[in-house]
Order: sequence, then structure tokens, then C-alpha cells
Amino acid sequence: MPDQPLLDVTDLRVSFRTRRGRVTAVDGLSFSVAPGEVLGVVGESGSGKSVSMLAVLRLLTNPNVTVSGEVLFRGRDLLSLPDKQMRAIRGREIAMVFQDPMTALTPVYTVGWQIAEQIRAHEPVSRKEAHARAVELLSDVGIPDAASRVNAYPHEFSGGMRQRAVIAMALACSPALLIADEPTTALDVTIQAQILDLMRELNARGSAVVLITHDMGVVSEIADRVLVMYGGRVAEEGPRQAVFHVPRHPYTWGLLDSVPRVGGTRLRRLPTIAGVPVSPDSLPEGCAFAPRCRLRHERCDERPELSAAPGTPAHRDACRLPADDRTSLRLTARAAATGAAAAEHAGRASKAERADKADVEREAAP
Amino acid sequence: MLYFAARRFLSALLVMFAISVLVFLIFFATPGVDPAARIAGRNADPATLAQVRHAFGLDRPMPVRYLLMMKHLLVDRDLESFVNRGARVIPQIVQAAPVTLSLVVGAAILWMAVGILMGTAAATMRGTAVDPLIMLVGVVGVSLPAYWLGEVVNLITQKQLHGTVFSWVPPPGYVGLSQNPGEWALHLLFPWLTLSVLYAGIYARLLRGEVVTALNEDYVRTARAKGLSERRILVRHALRCSLIPIVSLFGLDFGALVGGAALLTEVVFGLPGIGKLTFDALQNLDLPVIMGTVLYAAFFVVLANALVDILYARLDPRARHA
Repeated sequence: MPDQPLLDVTDLRVSFRTRRGRVTAVDGLSFSVAPGEVLGVVGESGSGKSVSMLAVLRLLTNPNVTVSGEVLFRGRDLLSLPDKQMRAIRGREIAMVFQDPMTALTPVYTVGWQIAEQIRAHEPVSRKEAHARAVELLSDVGIPDAASRVNAYPHEFSGGMRQRAVIAMALACSPALLIADEPTTALDVTIQAQILDLMRELNARGSAVVLITHDMGVVSEIADRVLVMYGGRVAEEGPRQAVFHVPRHPYTWGLLDSVPRVGGTRLRRLPTIAGVPVSPDSLPEGCAFAPRCRLRHERCDERPELSAAPGTPAHRDACRLPADDRTSLRLTARAAATGAAAAEHAGRASKAERADKADVEREAAP
Repeated sequence: MLYFAARRFLSALLVMFAISVLVFLIFFATPGVDPAARIAGRNADPATLAQVRHAFGLDRPMPVRYLLMMKHLLVDRDLESFVNRGARVIPQIVQAAPVTLSLVVGAAILWMAVGILMGTAAATMRGTAVDPLIMLVGVVGVSLPAYWLGEVVNLITQKQLHGTVFSWVPPPGYVGLSQNPGEWALHLLFPWLTLSVLYAGIYARLLRGEVVTALNEDYVRTARAKGLSERRILVRHALRCSLIPIVSLFGLDFGALVGGAALLTEVVFGLPGIGKLTFDALQNLDLPVIMGTVLYAAFFVVLANALVDILYARLDPRARHA
């Protein structure tokens, strides 16, 4: 079946037991990844992006965590797999790259040793062979002079090189799926672009990629499909084109509007999403975004289901607004947001001229 | 490496020189402390005192006396005790050192093995009842003083149960390793156990904390994501990194114990080691012996520190270029 998804997650729930009671970090998340696809997962901090991916790989080892739902990878439910079989999948079929390359490698072993360890955990190859493959992998990810750098320790690498080394490790067994949890967040902008190129190259070789990020720019460059998360739930999902050009959920509008634009008219002040991200211990019964939404109404107290946009079944969103009039609603919301921002700005301007000047300079900078 | 060794050696010399001066000054330059009065005995008349002073060279200038003592101790190696005239210091130390070394090395192997085992087990079983239980055992071990524990052990093995269970336990004392290895081990078994109880408790508690921290590190998550077994993650990644601070502590403890800090255990079990020798010398204010043992102790502490530095660099690549 060519159409069968590689990874199919249904109704994933992750909750933590804390002193203040149960906290739900992921609340009925469903999504799928097709073979060879790049799925961009976006959302603010605390929206459950990382936790849900860790749950998929069963890397949440805290005894206070409860995970439920179904995670089908090539037809097998990862959540009910015996530990030994799960280990055979981790690193071999699904690899994961984490956010902070500075701490992701064990400090007391050479980079090459750690890559070879990964290879030898899954394939019966000799130490020498594994070492040779580590050199190859390092040079593949663009480490110059890999044959000698393979014997360097993590602290002798720069942040970008460490992330490359971590990616080389993830690629060691040619995984069918790579989960990258904010792989570029801790890096310089120029290095970010190189790491993204690496992801793209990997994708071209046939691996599917799940890219977790809060950077809309990164997603717009590389993702085939986009999953927008808020409060541990899906807010909107669909092909990249659709999500970026005709976004349907007010939260997505807010995310897109708060990205500075290089061309076009320059705004006096960048609109932001009012309020603070919902905390997992006080998820509302209804729509999680309702408290911050400018267009909320009574029906938002009822939890919205994911529903397809008219005419495009792949583009779905969870919102109570009328399905066919989103574009004009977005304009209304944007006007309100910029109006509020401008009013706030005007109020502050008289008091703090210096801050204002700094703003102008910042806006003029790019 | 050569530069490192030379620098180490020089600083060791400096430390030992400083210690010898300090010890010398404490006993000769402290007001109210007159070695001649101690040597001459209670209520000695001024003439005897003067005679003693002259005989022991105590009437010469301080720097000369220091240099003479050092010359006798290190160059001629014939420094004699003040108390037992004729008894030379260096042979006494040479005789006592193997006893202390036997005691401390055996105990160190024991406490490292038990401490690492307990600490790692407690860390991996965090959240179960086993963890606090192991830690409780550790606290009990830490809070049992060696002199008390040793006496209790002696009471049980030599008296109460000597007729039944512990009839194989030899009387307190020491038998040389070269004389009879079996007897050597048998004589030292309970001293080893007694001495290691305290340290095993400390090391287990310390290691548990280190391993728990390491298990929450990002690199352990990476190791899990690589598909390694839990056992390999624990031993090769978490424990390996946790051992670094343990090793540096071990060096200090080991050096101090070889230098005489195992005194209580030695006294309780009648082992004629360095601690016992120092203790007796201190009671008599036998300065030459004190000087000898203190320099010997300083030598071991410095040596142990140098070894720890080398071992540290082997264990932690980040320390190599610093």
C-alpha cells in the first residue's frame, strides 16, 4: 500500500502527575506522516510539540508520565511494543535530533566513538568498520577533515559542528523517519541554514522528517505539510501552501502576522498574540485558544473538532468560526490587533521616547 | 607530560618543606612548649634541664636545629627518637607503613566496590522502596564511628561468639603478607570491613546523587534515542560521567588514610601502623618520630593528589588541556 502513512498517531494523550494534580500536556493529538514527507510542527513554547514527539519514541522516562493513544509505525503500535523491539526501532528506523547540541553528546567519549556505538547497537559490524562509517558520515554532514576530527571530543567541536555530529549519528542507520526537535534553535543564523540544507538533503535521500520548531520561516522553507499545535491539541493542519496562504485558525493568523516581513509596507509595530500561552494545568473545556482569541463567541466554550476546509479536504482546522468566511474575518482580527498595538504604542510613546527610538532602530535594522 | 611531572614534583617538594617547617615550629617555637621539660621528666631541676637541652641540641639556634634534624632524617637517615634513645625513626616508619597500606588498600577496594554498587543501584531504583532503604543503610554506615564499631566487632568476634560462629577469627594483630598471605587476609578482614563501612556510605550517597543527575542529562536522552540498552546507558554513559568527582574525592581520602588517618581502626584492632605510631609519638611529644610520620603522611597525600590529577585527565577529556 503506497498510501499507508509511515507514522500514524491517533488520539495521543500525555499527562503528568504533579503536586497540583494532573496536568495534560498533549490532549488527543492525531496526525500522520507519509513516507518521504517533511512535516513541520509549529507552536509556541509549551504547546506540546516536543513532549508529543518524545512520547512517540517512548523517551518520556519520568514515572509520573502517563501516555495513552495509538502510535502506528509501519503498522506496529509503538506504545505497546516490548522494550527490546522498541530499542531496535529507536535509532535504526526512527532517529531523533534534539535542540541543544551542546549537551546532547556524552562529554567523555570521542564523537566517532559515539557514532560507532550507534551503528554497532543495530548492526553486527566490526569496530573498525563502524569507525570507518563514522568518518564517512561526518564528512557527509560537512565536517572538514573528518578522518581526524572523528577522534575529537564533543567539547572540541563548535555548536554547529556538534549539531552536525548529532545529525550524522541520527543518519547512521538511514532511518525512515527523523524527528528533529528544534534542531536550529540554539545555533547562529548562518549555521541554521546549513543544518536545514542537511535536513533537505536527508529528505531527498528518502527519509521522512518531522521538524519541530517555533520558527515559521523555517517551516515555510522546508515543510511539505504543516501541523500547528496549541495547548497540546492540533489547531490547524494542511499542506504548506494552504496553511501559509489561506490560514484558517485565528492562532495561525497570529503566528503568521507576528513574523516580520522583509518586503511590503513596514508596520509601525509588529502585531503580537495578546495574552500568554495557555498553561497545561488549566486547559479550558472548550477551544484552548479562546481566551486569547479576538473573535471568540459563546460556541467556543464547546471543544471544536478538526474539520476540513470547503474544497480542500487535506486542510483541516479546529475552530468554531464560520467555515467559508475566514479571509475577511482574518482582516477584521488583524485590524483589531494592529489597532490595539498602535493604541498601546501611542500611550507609551509619550512616556518612553527612548524605548520608541530603539524600536525604530530595530525595525530599520533588517 | 614531562613538564607536568616536573611541576608536580616541585610543588610536592614545596608542600613537604612547608609542612616540615610548620611541624617544627609548632613544637619548638610555641610559647610554653618545652621539649626539654618533657624529656627530663616531671619536676626536673634546672641543671638537669640544661643538660638535657645540651644533649638534645636544644640550646642551638632554631634554623640550625631544623637543618640538623632534616639532615639526620633525610641525609644520614639516623634520626633517633627522643623518648626511646637509640630507636631510629626511619626503620619504625618502614615497619609501620606496610601495615597501614595493607589495611587501607584492602578497605579502599571494598568501599569503592560496595559504594559504587549501592549508589548505582539506588539511583536506578529511584521511585521504589529500595532507594531510600539503600540510602538509610548508607547513613547508618556513615554514623557508626570506627572506634565504636571496631570495639563491637571485637566484642562479638573475640568474646561473645568466639566459641561458636567466629572461632576462625584470629586475635587482633598483624601478620605480614610475605609471611603468610592467608593469615594476613584473615587478620585484616574485620579491620577492612570496619574501615570501609564509613567510606562506603559516603561514596554511595555521593554517587547516587551524581548518577541521578547524569540520568537526567541530555546525553542520556540521546543515548536512549540511539536505541541502546538501559544497562549500557547506565554503565557506559551515566556511571562513567558520574565517576569523575568520585575519583578526585577518593584520591584525597586514600592519601589521608595511608598517611595515618586510619588511626582509630589501627588502635582498635591492634595494628602497628602509621596512625598508631604517630599517635604514640604525639603522646610522648617525641618530635623526631612526629616529624618523620608527618612528612611521610604529607608525601602520600601529595602523591595521591598527583595520581588523581593524572587519573582525572584520563577520565575527563575536558580537563586535559586546561
